[in-house]
Amino acid sequence: MTSSRNQILGNIRRGLQRDLLTGDALDQVRTRLREHPANTVPARSQLPQDQQIALFESMANEAAAELIELKTLEALPGTVAEFCRENGIDQLVSASDPALTALDWSGIDNLEITHRVAQAGDSASLTTSFCGIAETGTLMLLSGPHSPTTLNFLPDTHLVLLKQSQIVGAYEEAWARLRQHSDAMPRTVNMITGPSRSADIEQKLQMGAHGPKRLIILLLRD
Amino acid sequence: MQIHSPEFKQRAGDALDNANLQRALGNLRDGFPQKRAAAVARMPEFEQLRNEGRDLKNHILANLDFYLEQFEDNVIKQGGQVHWARDGEEARRAILEICRNAGAKTVTKGKSMVSEEINLNDYLEANGVKPVETDLGEYILQLREDHPSHIIAPAIHLNLDDVSDIFHKKHNRPRSEDPAELMQEAREMLRKQFVAADVGITGANFCVAETGSTIIVTNEGNGDLTQTLPRVHVVITTIEKVVPTLEDMTLFLRLLARSATGQEFTVYNTLSSGPRRPEDQDGPEEFHVVLLDNGRSEMIGSEFQEMLRCIRCSACMNHCPVYGAIGGHAYGWVYPGPMGSVLTPKLIGVDKAGHLPNASTFCGKCESVCPVKIPLPKLMRHWREREFERHLSPKGFRFGLGTWAWFARRPGLYRWVSRSSSWFLKRLGGKQGRIRSLPLGKGWTAWRDMPAPQGSTFMDQWKRHQQTQQQKNKG
Ligand code: SF4
Repeated sequence: MTSSRNQILGNIRRGLQRDLLTGDALDQVRTRLREHPANTVPARSQLPQDQQIALFESMANEAAAELIELKTLEALPGTVAEFCRENGIDQLVSASDPALTALDWSGIDNLEITHRVAQAGDSASLTTSFCGIAETGTLMLLSGPHSPTTLNFLPDTHLVLLKQSQIVGAYEEAWARLRQHSDAMPRTVNMITGPSRSADIEQKLQMGAHGPKRLIILLLRD
Repeated sequence: MQIHSPEFKQRAGDALDNANLQRALGNLRDGFPQKRAAAVARMPEFEQLRNEGRDLKNHILANLDFYLEQFEDNVIKQGGQVHWARDGEEARRAILEICRNAGAKTVTKGKSMVSEEINLNDYLEANGVKPVETDLGEYILQLREDHPSHIIAPAIHLNLDDVSDIFHKKHNRPRSEDPAELMQEAREMLRKQFVAADVGITGANFCVAETGSTIIVTNEGNGDLTQTLPRVHVVITTIEKVVPTLEDMTLFLRLLARSATGQEFTVYNTLSSGPRRPEDQDGPEEFHVVLLDNGRSEMIGSEFQEMLRCIRCSACMNHCPVYGAIGGHAYGWVYPGPMGSVLTPKLIGVDKAGHLPNASTFCGKCESVCPVKIPLPKLMRHWREREFERHLSPKGFRFGLGTWAWFARRPGLYRWVSRSSSWFLKRLGGKQGRIRSLPLGKGWTAWRDMPAPQGSTFMDQWKRHQQTQQQKNKG
């Protein structure tokens, strides 16, 4: 008895009226995988970097993400604490990313800060990001030892640090950076454009479905 | 989902009579087409992307065996497992076995039309595993013991009232009519389920051969919680979803969001590759991909191969006048609208669904909005021909066509008959020129009036036209 796998593949080859790919045809598909050529990249994001940053900001705003400007990285703890005070948040789950833990949090007394994965009932999380994509105002986040994926989805409010030097134009540039960053894919790559939403009740858009109700981008002018 | 396609005519009639459904369908007709048009207008390269999307899908289908094997290799390299399933039965069994090995009592589910196609929920339930739908629309439907009527907006056939009623009944809370409150209620109810589930099942919009990743595209974030919190992540998907590289996936993502909801980009586009890494703090410990065929491999090399380009965006049904009038349930199975009319006869048999391709006005709107340019009207015509060849079309239809052919072969008689029936219909139309009820054609006039023929027949007019032309030429 042939396995289901072989039957399915056999059916496909019969339909294509050929056997296993060989010769030039095989070279061609192998090259495609190795060289991963880009398809048409929309012109919209192919801009000088300052304009890419402006495009990122306006597209992220359009997707209902909120932007807070950081002049320096050192200003992050104070800015986060102030945001939380204004919004009645007294507990923050933070990623253990050295970029965050190395900062001076000692003066912050209105927040209980923990470093762990997220749990149901968490009100806010703080993470870093891998890059920002100007084309649609999208954040790219990678899972890893210091960036558990649950932080991006369970809490009601998600605060994300993005340096403006991390902003690229199109998705293709983000893939290029990802390939440079590591040989293997992380378990999870999240592309996030604004907070969670649903239009499943009468096609009327409501914000805050199962993921975060608010997405705050802390944009560092580096 | 049970098959009700053979009752299409009856169900379509009921749908037209159903005032609540008609109100709900208004939300569809007013929403999706405008949003898509606006998004397309903002992307000057859209037409070029559609052409590339069509060509790339053709390339993938011509090399499908290769890309599937590459995908499988790379899933395994990342520590995941691939299960090939020829049909629904094999897929269901593979998933149940994974659940049993995990000792699962409840599984959470992201939205997946493939899981509807294989009737997964009923099967799991019958075998002691409780499936919990987490997409808001699917959750509402599960509470109502109802089924999706649209491939991306599953509860589009319902109104706010229906949701208020069922939440009130099942959640034991005061009845709310505020959509925001209702969504909050569902959010709270499902939180516990997300955390309690042992297995999370999602679909996949694409499978990337280069990296062995699957991707889901959602706005709610439910799919992400479904696949991140439980110990085991199962992806149920089909063989035509494979794409070569991340760049190729990107082309389809640009087309998908705009064609589907008119968004610039869907909120969450999430790639999953294998189980959590040893040093990760969260994520599933097991990653399984169930690759379902279910008749698709037989479409390769057939006149229906082009249907396998479909990326399930729903634009064709959103723009279809027939779908807009009767909704998705009338089609009687999982995939409605133009794409369903082509796919359903292939998946459940032309004997059960061969008449679905007749539910088309052949206006061509579906093909004109399809992001991968599938010639849907042409494919529906193929089915019509097959149905006719196999003597599956109704007796009345065959008799009518036969009678017409008999007259058409006798031109003198044909002209006399059409002249007299046109005179008769004109009398029937009276002063208003509209026929309220057509003898032998009651089905047609039940929903609209038929305009009575005006003036003489085409042939008579043509004859006169020829004569005047000749006289002019002579003159
Ligand atoms: S047939 Fe085309 S328009 Fe219809 S769902 Fe598939 S891709 Fe979208």
